[in-house]
Amino acid sequence: MGYQFDFSMVIKILPVLWRGVIVTVELTIACLAVGLILGFFVALLRVSPAAPLRFVGRAFVEIFRNIPALIQLIWFFYAFPIVIGAQLSPFVAAVLGISLNTAAFSAEIYRSGIQSIERGQWEGAMAIGMSRAATFRRVVLPQVFRRMLPAFTNRAVEVAKVTSLASVLSVHELMYQGRVLSSTFYRPLEILTTVGLVYLVMIYPMTWASAAMERRMRRRA
Amino acid sequence: MQQYEWDFGAVLAYWPMLLQGLWGTVAISVLAIILGILGGGLVATLRMSRHTPLRVIGTIYVEFYRNTPGIVHFFWVYYALPVVANVNLGPLEAAIIALATQSSAFYAEVLRGGIQSIGKGQWEGATALGMSHTEALRRIIVPQAARRMVAPFVERSFEIIKTSSLASTLAYGELLYQGMQVASITYRPLETYTLLALIYFLLLYLLSSLAKLAEDRLQEV
Amino acid sequence: MNDTPTPDTGAPILRSVGLRKSFGSLDVLKGIDLDVKRGDRIAIIGGSGSGKSTLLRCLNFMERPTGGQVILDGERIGDARVAKDGSETITYRERDLMAVRKRVGMVFQQFNLFPHMSTVENVMEGLVTVLRRPKAEARERAAQELARVGLGDKLDVYPGRLSGGQQQRVAIARALAMDPEVLLFDEPTSSLDPELVGEVLRTILSLAEDGRTMLLVTHELGFAYRFATHVIYLSDGVVHETGTAEEVFRNPQRDKTRAFIARSSEFSL
Ligand SMILES: Nc1ncnc2c1ncn2[C@@H]1O[C@H](COP(=O)(O)OP(=O)(O)O)[C@@H](O)[C@H]1O
Ligand SMILES: [Mg+2]
Repeated sequence: MGYQFDFSMVIKILPVLWRGVIVTVELTIACLAVGLILGFFVALLRVSPAAPLRFVGRAFVEIFRNIPALIQLIWFFYAFPIVIGAQLSPFVAAVLGISLNTAAFSAEIYRSGIQSIERGQWEGAMAIGMSRAATFRRVVLPQVFRRMLPAFTNRAVEVAKVTSLASVLSVHELMYQGRVLSSTFYRPLEILTTVGLVYLVMIYPMTWASAAMERRMRRRA
Repeated sequence: MQQYEWDFGAVLAYWPMLLQGLWGTVAISVLAIILGILGGGLVATLRMSRHTPLRVIGTIYVEFYRNTPGIVHFFWVYYALPVVANVNLGPLEAAIIALATQSSAFYAEVLRGGIQSIGKGQWEGATALGMSHTEALRRIIVPQAARRMVAPFVERSFEIIKTSSLASTLAYGELLYQGMQVASITYRPLETYTLLALIYFLLLYLLSSLAKLAEDRLQEV
Repeated sequence: MNDTPTPDTGAPILRSVGLRKSFGSLDVLKGIDLDVKRGDRIAIIGGSGSGKSTLLRCLNFMERPTGGQVILDGERIGDARVAKDGSETITYRERDLMAVRKRVGMVFQQFNLFPHMSTVENVMEGLVTVLRRPKAEARERAAQELARVGLGDKLDVYPGRLSGGQQQRVAIARALAMDPEVLLFDEPTSSLDPELVGEVLRTILSLAEDGRTMLLVTHELGFAYRFATHVIYLSDGVVHETGTAEEVFRNPQRDKTRAFIARSSEFSL
């Protein structure tokens, strides 16, 4: 043994890692925003009364959930440009891949949320003359968002973690910076451990918040 | 835009390489699942221990893995662990260690969730009959919990199969890595990566259909 | 208040003619004829599963009837189409059904309040989104209705914090705020603890004094007797016996009705 852990190395690399953190945050927010919005529409397909629409929604979810996220990223960076005949920046390819993946998972959150709203809520609203659309918007959806907030927060945790895969496409996020630094300084232990801890510090608050919300909801129920 | 000439034949000519990759994926996934179940049992025992220090260790272990990206674990095991432990690890060993330690954390949560979902009444009922803690756990709690753990267990195992694609970043010859080789030999990334996506999709879709069948069976008895 | 005349005058406000409803092969309603005049208070009684809820729910189209007609204030609901063989099918447009529900209110066994809205917001909801009233006006109206059911001090409380009896009174206020011409109650006290039943029944009786037109499904036969101008005994999807409360409860004409009333042990006139 006798390996000397070099703390000065940790201090030295922090500014570079910070630049990576910013890109990681940008990626996470972009993918989460696109994924949650797109996922909402996929969920509408999933609960549609029309069978063909339901099939399309189901196919979307199954495809993007069952293919590993890394394959999706690589596909959008190396394969998709051939289809559209234009090059994509690594960042855009990463956002595309991760967003679609996120959309598939969030669609299932929305769907189970919508289906968890009791029939009585629909009936209560219909009985005062509200339309289906108004009932959905004013009565069902607000309850879905509330009930599913912990699940959406968990999704945000997963997205933050998945953005690390963008390092494979050389997007300059946290993991990429860690990989480059580690091969530059030959200090993988210090550098990769620091990278792990930085992720932990970024992500743990979300996990904690989600668990706290769940506890509070259980208490209230 | 000029029409792209699809040619899956060129890629399929390298099917032995892809088959070898598929075998690699299955091999590390199965090993990681087996080791993960064993490790998960251990970690769950720690997390539910009556001794606070053990519980803290179990909790830290789980939270670390839940709140850091998988790719960090792969790189850390491959590049940093040899420095600390003074051992030499090949890509295969590193990938298995990374996957198995990570899945231990996730399986531990499945086990704990299942056991804690059984109400206090069942424990009290068993204790009132004069059963010891271990007897109650083995004869009353686990049999009931097992049924509820099937679905999250299956879900976690699928995550492991998908995460095994990260072994490609360590140049271990699983499906994605082999696919990357084929893509660079054939200059056909579109066909190759689309084919890879399809193989993963079929593999996981098939497995999830089987799992659903098994689950339904289990719920019937 | 409504311009509700005294009982049994004028044309019926709500009628059903040969009303049928089946779920798949299960025929629940087998041709129900019903005349509700303004100011009528009709108690619908019958065994469990006899189709009481289904009848009420067909009257405000929470369920779509599979045959027969519903006529609201002289106007037949739905578009009838006559096929070549002379048979008639009726199709309903959602928009028309919404219009009916505005005029025929309903109070449920399970309250069905919106848990993410405060008490006053629950009552305002129909006024704002359906009747398009300005918020301030709707709030004032909602506060009035809540005061009427004795909850004037609970405007900003969420339903989850109210007792079952209070929740049901909020639900009644929510229905009243829409100024419905007919109000339907489906076992409004069945999911309440016994000590909370009284406050809800008193609220319903107070509406009777105002001349409200109401249909009430209930197992509380004692209350039905005090409440109702007319009683309908439903059995096997048909109106087995009907008459004034006095007639049906004091002097039932048919054996089955007599047996049903005798069986309801809590019944004391
Ligand atoms: N949505 C539905 N689908 C299928 N069957 C139904 C439905 N609603 C009611 N029924 C059936 O119709 C019959 C009458 O039900 P209901 O009107 O609720 O009776 P009641 O209110 O008199 O107890 C019952 O047999 C019930 O199972
Ligand atoms: Mg009923």
